[in-house]
Amino acid sequence: MANKTPLYQCHLDAGARMVDFAGWDMPINYGSQIAEHEAVRTAAGVFDVSHMTVVDVSGGAAQAFLRHLLANDVARLRQAGKALYSCMLNPEGGVIDDLIVYLLRDNHYRVVINSATRAKDLAWIDRQARDFMDLETHFRDQLAMLAVQGPEARERARGLFEDYQQQALAQLSRFQGVEFDDCFVARTGYTGEDGYEIMVPAASAADWWNRLLAAGVAPCGLGARDTLRLEAGMNLYGVDMDETTSPWVAGLGWTLALDGERDFIGRTALLEQRAAGIKQTFVGLLLLDKGVLRNHLRVVTPLGDGEITSGSYSPTLQRSIAMARLPAGAEGIVEVEVRNKLLKAEIVKLPFVREGKSMLTNGSKDS
Amino acid sequence: MSDVPSELKFLSSHEWVLVEDNIATIGISDHAQELLGDLVYVELPEVGSVIAAGDSVGVVESVKAASDTYAPVSGEVVEINEALEGAPDKINNDPYGDGWMYKVALEDPEEVEDLLDADAYAESIEDED
Repeated sequence: MANKTPLYQCHLDAGARMVDFAGWDMPINYGSQIAEHEAVRTAAGVFDVSHMTVVDVSGGAAQAFLRHLLANDVARLRQAGKALYSCMLNPEGGVIDDLIVYLLRDNHYRVVINSATRAKDLAWIDRQARDFMDLETHFRDQLAMLAVQGPEARERARGLFEDYQQQALAQLSRFQGVEFDDCFVARTGYTGEDGYEIMVPAASAADWWNRLLAAGVAPCGLGARDTLRLEAGMNLYGVDMDETTSPWVAGLGWTLALDGERDFIGRTALLEQRAAGIKQTFVGLLLLDKGVLRNHLRVVTPLGDGEITSGSYSPTLQRSIAMARLPAGAEGIVEVEVRNKLLKAEIVKLPFVREGKSMLTNGSKDS
Repeated sequence: MSDVPSELKFLSSHEWVLVEDNIATIGISDHAQELLGDLVYVELPEVGSVIAAGDSVGVVESVKAASDTYAPVSGEVVEINEALEGAPDKINNDPYGDGWMYKVALEDPEEVEDLLDADAYAESIEDED
């Protein structure tokens, strides 16, 4: 039996085409994936992301535990509500998962991890937690999560809150959240647009969903979520990186907090890899010929072959784009093998799109 | 429920055929465009090429997937729908009309008899679901 989120019936009511996603019955689109993508780039859309896994970590050892568990440093979170993106690594430096961690209040963190990796992540976290006293981990499976994204998302979503809450929300800076009773709202997302991620008790999720739709927010499926995150140059776990890839070759070096002596899992391996020299680079590709770039296609460069990790069509740019792992030093024009033909693609800087605007003009001229 | 016009013939791989004066017009079904989602790229056979029933003759690509298209009949390609190059979404919006893909001068009109009629095709896509 597939898992269903608390919004399952809402999706059917909105005309969703449902698909299996890592054991969950999820909406891929509600008619047109491209229309949903455009709604998020130009106005506001809402995604059901209740399949994501929320784990609360609390106790006197919470910070010490997360500083050991994660490759980014939660000591950087100095203000309640602040968020940090991090990888969780194995001792070899491979990525077990990527996640967002929020400091809810002193000694109390909230970690949001992927759904496809839920079982192995929870087992890994539990195993690492055994060495810590005064630590509690709590899997919050009764929370639903809605991501409201787009240039009009914050304004439309704010109207659904009480007056005093609206004031707090208006003052939220990027990558920061605020707790109201049983609800947590953060100015984070996975689309390259401004917006909120709203965590609420499962029982009230349908009410939030319906009120967002009534406020003119478009229901959006996982299809649009994927093209939005790809345009935004955001990695997808299991596709752009996994346990066999280091953050160094997945464009995630910026998330590694290596300063000081903090002893986190994977640190030794990361330092060794860096000392040995990083042999691959993670880049954006813009297809110059006609066609569509897809995951796993071979990329031919003068320095050797690479591989597309995620490829699709960019509704904003109306071209095909991809993220790819190539031999270090690759630049300029490369070729991608599509159905036995070699198509030309240009290496560009990520992201492709940010806040509704193409970033290509600078990216392609610089490279 | 997808639209399956009764005057058309089909392949179980979702291509449709309309025969008029020995010319077969070919496209993909409403069900196929629904499965694929928003189409963003279409590769058609070349005008003048001779194709055989069952050949893979082109590709339709949506945002999420690429799918080969197969020739339902044999013959020479006499016309392609050039409007699809700039607007592949015509297939989403009107799969049996503006979204037609190419036309073939039939080599063997009897081949058409081997194709599925609308009822048989409708049944095959119901079994799929």
